[in-house]
Amino acid sequence: MATPKPRIKLPKTADKGEVIVIKTLISHTMESGQRKDKEGKLIPRQIINKFSCEFNGQPVFSCDLEPAISANPYFEFSAKVMEAGTFKFTWVDDDGSVYTDEQPIKVN
Amino acid sequence: GQWARAAAQQTLTEDALLDFGAVGNVTLVHLTDIHAQLVPVHFREPSINLGVGPVAGLPPHVTGADFLKLYNIAPGSPEAYALTSEDFTALAGTYGKMGGLDRIATVLKRIRSEREGKVLFLDGGDTWQGSYTSLKTLGQDMVDLMNLLEPDAMTGHWEFTYGAERVREIIDGLPFAFLGGNIFDAEWDERAFDATKMFERGGVKVAVIGQAFPYTPIANPRWMIPNWSFGIREEEVAANVEAAHADGAELVVLLSHNGFDVDRELASRVPGIDVILTGHTHDALPEPVMVGKTMLIASGSHGKFVTRLDLDVQGGEIKNYRHRLIPIFSDVITPDAEIADAVAKSRAPYEDELKRELATTETLLYRRGNFNGTFDDLICEALLEVREADIALSPGFRWGTSVLPGQKITVEDLHSACAMTYPAVYRSTMSGKMLKDIMEDVADNLFNKSPYYQQGGDMVRVGGMAYAIDPEADMGGRISEMTLLKTGEAIDPGKDYVVAGWASINEETEGPAIWDVVEDYLKDHPVVKLAENRSVKVVG
Amino acid sequence: CAGFTGLAVSPAFADVDATAKAVAAFGGGQEPGTGKITLTAPEIAENGNTVPISVSVESAMEGDDLVESVAIFADGNPNPEVAIFHFTPLSGEASATTRMRLAKTQNVVAVARMKDGSVFVDKKEVKVTIGGCGG
Ligand SMILES: [Mn+2]
Ligand SMILES: [Mn+2]
Repeated sequence: MATPKPRIKLPKTADKGEVIVIKTLISHTMESGQRKDKEGKLIPRQIINKFSCEFNGQPVFSCDLEPAISANPYFEFSAKVMEAGTFKFTWVDDDGSVYTDEQPIKVN
Repeated sequence: GQWARAAAQQTLTEDALLDFGAVGNVTLVHLTDIHAQLVPVHFREPSINLGVGPVAGLPPHVTGADFLKLYNIAPGSPEAYALTSEDFTALAGTYGKMGGLDRIATVLKRIRSEREGKVLFLDGGDTWQGSYTSLKTLGQDMVDLMNLLEPDAMTGHWEFTYGAERVREIIDGLPFAFLGGNIFDAEWDERAFDATKMFERGGVKVAVIGQAFPYTPIANPRWMIPNWSFGIREEEVAANVEAAHADGAELVVLLSHNGFDVDRELASRVPGIDVILTGHTHDALPEPVMVGKTMLIASGSHGKFVTRLDLDVQGGEIKNYRHRLIPIFSDVITPDAEIADAVAKSRAPYEDELKRELATTETLLYRRGNFNGTFDDLICEALLEVREADIALSPGFRWGTSVLPGQKITVEDLHSACAMTYPAVYRSTMSGKMLKDIMEDVADNLFNKSPYYQQGGDMVRVGGMAYAIDPEADMGGRISEMTLLKTGEAIDPGKDYVVAGWASINEETEGPAIWDVVEDYLKDHPVVKLAENRSVKVVG
Repeated sequence: CAGFTGLAVSPAFADVDATAKAVAAFGGGQEPGTGKITLTAPEIAENGNTVPISVSVESAMEGDDLVESVAIFADGNPNPEVAIFHFTPLSGEASATTRMRLAKTQNVVAVARMKDGSVFVDKKEVKVTIGGCGG
């Protein structure tokens, strides 16, 4: 599998106290562990099992994922912005790999 | 032509059809589901159109003599001919063809001159597809000619079967709004089309919200529009209606391709919509259907009708209205010379092919009806014979024109029944169980008691197999008594059958085009005479 | 209605009982209330491999009026569990969207667990169809 690529959409600036919408996508096959290959053998499970978003080190939103989540997991959620800072996004793979991305935001 | 006889009986005149007695400050003109029919056609309305659950027996689920009684229409009258299947062949002889873009233009111009600055002309979609010429030009003939009629907005469904790139190309050049508030980019879930356009007519602020066919990527090939997601999205409609009111709209119109029962449900759940111009299910209703304060309008299909709705809007409320479903009797309404000329020019390069005769029919060929139509019977016969199949499946489309007994079946007629961008005829084996699953699945898409789970259209047409159906039953329990006609034996769930069909939504489907298969069949059957189809038994 | 040249063969599925048990376990045995939580999903899936689902829970998201987590279940998939969203006061609102796999027509169930221990549920039937046909 190619290295998963995260993509993030959020505003560059917000008013203090504003609730913004954040959208994230990451490329990943989310192999469910229920599919069989051509020889009829089960293809082992490999999914992203945890996604989290922190702002300046504080937890904002997270999700535990099961194999029922689609390939290229998509999340849309909100965040209340009280100060300028940095959002950090983390995806944890079954194989132990961790993928991260960061996005700054300014406050008007 | 035939109009001479009706005129002699003084039953029809252009003035009688179009004199209106204007009311109020806004006029909505609604045209929908013309399916690329540029010239007058015969189109037989259904003799069976079942509603399920609470809408059973309610318009538009009323046909034939019941319809005439409900709307107090005299049998044999022009209205009876236009609106029902009763005595269709005989009345077609009396009243002639209906529709034609040049006649529609005459009606529009008359309304516009009478109601200057007050008219909104709205196209409900299924405009660019359904004819030989529209397929050859990938919708361009319809786009160019509709532009001459200057619509104010449109929405769509079959438009999308030209593929995302072509749709974008056309819409980028449209001099009016293509609205689809329920179409979103599938990746980031962001609006892919404008939802609402604000107009001012007769001093009234009018919001038109577009609603494309919610199940386009399910009923039609998703691979052609991979980046667009549709759906009813009731919460989006509600938000758009609220936003329109907040922006000062005094009249909110939903230009919808949901289908009638979906719109009836929506009107009962989303407040604040004044008028829903319905489409997709091809219903022609001579009166509005009221759901609370919302007025539902159904303007038929194939250019047979145009709705004129005059509204008196005061203080954000409809105080008075006058409605007419105007039947476009082509022998009565004078063609508009400019549009007639443009239509003729547009068709000229194809005229010889359009007129080419394939066979003669002794049976009235039509498509509308919940379970079968004679044109589909003909298509199924062709599929069985040419593709050497046990069973034929033909989609239950509601578009396609009628051919009268004694008439030639032309290339134009055939294409009006099957012109589409995914015409391949597949031939594959399916188990009896799979056939049952398919029949149940399609039946549930039509007869699910919750309208939001319905897709419109009609039951898949079946050749070579009989079955019984109980529309009111639950999924899995509707279809029974499946029988292979050539042996008279019950369909065996574990046995394989050779099935031929067309209009598969799967990208990799291979096979000859449906029109070639039917043309092949007609070469060996120059006179079409079909026995009455008794293969579908409605029970329950 | 003619795109039927390849229906998926279904693996073993979770049943409604397994889902009810999973819901009860997540809710700590509390009888779930309704009304506070809204699950939004299409009536008919365009693609069973990627069905958008959204949840939204009425909450101030501060003090004791806080949604701690929302679990998503599906009663016709091989396993009922789909995802658990965890919210914080910095979430601002208790709403989230993701995309899920649906093996066949089934109910999607969303259960919210509040800081005060109360539990709310909403569900929606999503139909997975082979499609085709139309007007
Ligand atoms: Mn349609
Ligand atoms: Mn249509």
